[in-house]
Amino acid sequence: MSSKRGGFSVRGVREWLEAPAASVAERGGKLNVLRGAVARVTTPLLPDDYLHLANPLWSARELRGRIVDVRKETADSATLVIKPGWGFDFKYQPGQYIGIGVLIDGRWHWRSYSLTCPPNWSDPEAGGKRVISIAVKAMPEGFLSSHLVSGVPVGTVVRLAAPQGGFVLPYPPPEKVLFLTAGSGITPVLAMLRAMDRREMVTDVQHLHSARTAEDVMFGAELRDLHDRHPSFTSHLHLTGEHGKFALSDLDEKFPDWRERHTWACGPAAMLDEIEHHWRDAGIADRLHVERFEIARTAVGEGGTVTFGKSGRTAEADGATSLLEAGESAGVQMPFGCRMGICQTCVVTLSSGYVRDLRNGDEHREGDKVQTCISAAAGDCTLDV
Amino acid sequence: MAITDIQAFSHLTAADIETLGQELDSIRRSVEQSRGERDAKYIRRTIAAQRGLEVAGRAVLFGSRNRWAWLTGTALLSVAKIIENMELGHNVGHGQWDWMNDPEIHSSSWEWDMTGPSSQWRRAHNYSHHTYTNVLGKDEDLGFGILRMTRDEPWRPVHLVQPLANVVLAATFEWGIALHDWSIEKELLGTPPGLMSEPNREFGRKIARQVAKDFLFYPALTGPAFKQTLKANLTANFVRNLWAYAVIFCGHFPDGAEKFTVEQLEGETSGEWYLRQMLGSANFKAGPAMAFMSGNLCYQIEHHLFPDLPSNRYSEIAVRVRELCDKYDLPYTTGSLGKQYLLAFRTIHKLALPDRLLKATADNAPETSSERKFAGITLPSLPSSDTVHWLGIDPETGQRRGLRSAMREAKVVLKEKARQEKEMLREAKRALREKAEHEKDVLREATHALQDRARHEQASLRRKAARRQALWRGRQHRSN
Repeated sequence: MSSKRGGFSVRGVREWLEAPAASVAERGGKLNVLRGAVARVTTPLLPDDYLHLANPLWSARELRGRIVDVRKETADSATLVIKPGWGFDFKYQPGQYIGIGVLIDGRWHWRSYSLTCPPNWSDPEAGGKRVISIAVKAMPEGFLSSHLVSGVPVGTVVRLAAPQGGFVLPYPPPEKVLFLTAGSGITPVLAMLRAMDRREMVTDVQHLHSARTAEDVMFGAELRDLHDRHPSFTSHLHLTGEHGKFALSDLDEKFPDWRERHTWACGPAAMLDEIEHHWRDAGIADRLHVERFEIARTAVGEGGTVTFGKSGRTAEADGATSLLEAGESAGVQMPFGCRMGICQTCVVTLSSGYVRDLRNGDEHREGDKVQTCISAAAGDCTLDV
Repeated sequence: MAITDIQAFSHLTAADIETLGQELDSIRRSVEQSRGERDAKYIRRTIAAQRGLEVAGRAVLFGSRNRWAWLTGTALLSVAKIIENMELGHNVGHGQWDWMNDPEIHSSSWEWDMTGPSSQWRRAHNYSHHTYTNVLGKDEDLGFGILRMTRDEPWRPVHLVQPLANVVLAATFEWGIALHDWSIEKELLGTPPGLMSEPNREFGRKIARQVAKDFLFYPALTGPAFKQTLKANLTANFVRNLWAYAVIFCGHFPDGAEKFTVEQLEGETSGEWYLRQMLGSANFKAGPAMAFMSGNLCYQIEHHLFPDLPSNRYSEIAVRVRELCDKYDLPYTTGSLGKQYLLAFRTIHKLALPDRLLKATADNAPETSSERKFAGITLPSLPSSDTVHWLGIDPETGQRRGLRSAMREAKVVLKEKARQEKEMLREAKRALREKAEHEKDVLREATHALQDRARHEQASLRRKAARRQALWRGRQHRSN
């Protein structure tokens, strides 16, 4: 309540009215005054708590979306077209990713996927309405990705987290560009290519994509089409099933000017590590942009480096040390309670990586809220505390 | 003194307690593993139903100048508030639905329709109360700081008003809880003095919103029915307060819900922690509807063993916990809602009185006992009567002899002891009476003897006097 003391100001009153809806302020706009006013009588609930019972897409407290189309890309990958609910901001940058929450067996599972569509995209097949799309590749041990590729029905309501990430193509794009992708690493780059295509600003772009076989290439037809339509764009395919892994030493031969180019690379962690080394050795690390889909996990996920995001501290912890102990030993002000996993006082959000529940071995990942007193690091992880 | 050594009190060995803990752990595991769509549906439906009831109640109250509309609206709103408080606020706040990973049904974000802020309640309740259940001086829920619920707490004159304090607490329960949680929050955080500290601000903000909503905004919304809507809201809060109070009191204060001392906490194993939760809580019998309306807290024992498992699973957990109680010969305290409340009610009124007016001690009172209750109890049926805590399986019956049997035996023995003492007293009284009778007889005889002697002496004196007189008369006669 920030109204001025001893007198009213329009702004003060407005802020007071909006206060209960402050958490959705950036999306609500003028409606927030109404939302705030209604929230005064529905307290402690927000109007959304009632609205989303009627239609899940009306929630503004949380972004939601409805899957309107599932298109097979390859045998083990698919594009999901999603119509976002109220308050989604379509002005994201090509290359960014969104968080998507899917309900399976009563539990919401969160993952991040790169948007494959250019900003402000409307799909002709979705009735010309503004939608977004992501591409998902089913991972052998990926329970959620398999579900999304082959099990999710059209019409499913999903939760969304706003687009984010710094792996983006600037506008206008650089004169000379190199894209290095492998597997599903192509997805953010595809958004960049589609955006360039739509804006008709395809500069000198070289794209090298690695896949195991020709059948495994996602968006192969579209890449060929782009290649054919834009003389300045070259698409190279590297089939690792036949030729083995692409050797970075071949860069000089294949792209003699690679040092002059701005490079965006996305793929498995090992490949990105190698690329980062190579670029650092060449002294042009500032021209390289990488996106990591997964945090590298140490063998079987026992212990790791715990980073405490807000306080900026880190601690090395083994697989038997609770995150709470690790934080306290590093001098972080950790919320704590019973220290035995019953009171939920120590719950914090896991911003990245994996942790394991010491009581039952359950694994938690990015986006989950975890009880630090009974969880241990399963590889490197970051806590939002 | 309340229980200082749960191992001795429970009549179990350390190994027994450990296996009991493992068995409870495996119940937890199996419930955790089977949580799924069915449970998620349950909580989502409950939320939808609660919201529906509340909206319906509020809508009907627009016509609250009509008596029937008032009654219907108030009833709907009362039910909505009870569900919101018990099944939603309490249970979601416990993290029972955190496994769903749903940010809107999560312990860290749920705000309830009660005076105090959820976050303050969670710290006081989930942490202080559930970790230190029924430990004197650690668990502030033991009497909520105003009622004396165990003889371990020294009596003070202020306890004389306990019957009245109890009624006030019941009627204004949400305020009692709010103040209680607020003071614990400040204590736990070591909040510096000053009105504008964070806990104070949070507390003030929440109260302002709650009061404004129920007693200003909603009544104002119904226009000419302002007064009636205000009364309806007041009544609904009151009904919810009474019900919440009754459920809480039936869960912790009937006879058989034991209290513990801080000594018990030292080096407490997880098995002992489980055991403390089991022995410190009490259930009440309820059908499905009443169980739902109590937030499944009619299964208070199960709730205290597994505060973060989904409430809709407590009934099936209860079956398994009872089996464990049978196996380890432990008491499973339960009874009808009325009976459980009356037992709590009795304790409230009994303990308002100073100790000198109470018969039992803190070691053998109905509302709390300790391992000392069993000291010096020997039974002819026991193989070696010199060991106070006879542990293990009875070789004759093949049954484990644990706390439940010990309690039963102690009851018999204590009754027998009391009977014997009474008998002895009666004997002594009779002996005294006989002695008194005898002494009376002796006294009477002595009196008789004395009287005889006096009479005798009187007669002889009389004779002597007569003789003397005759002599005197003769002498005079002669001298004349």
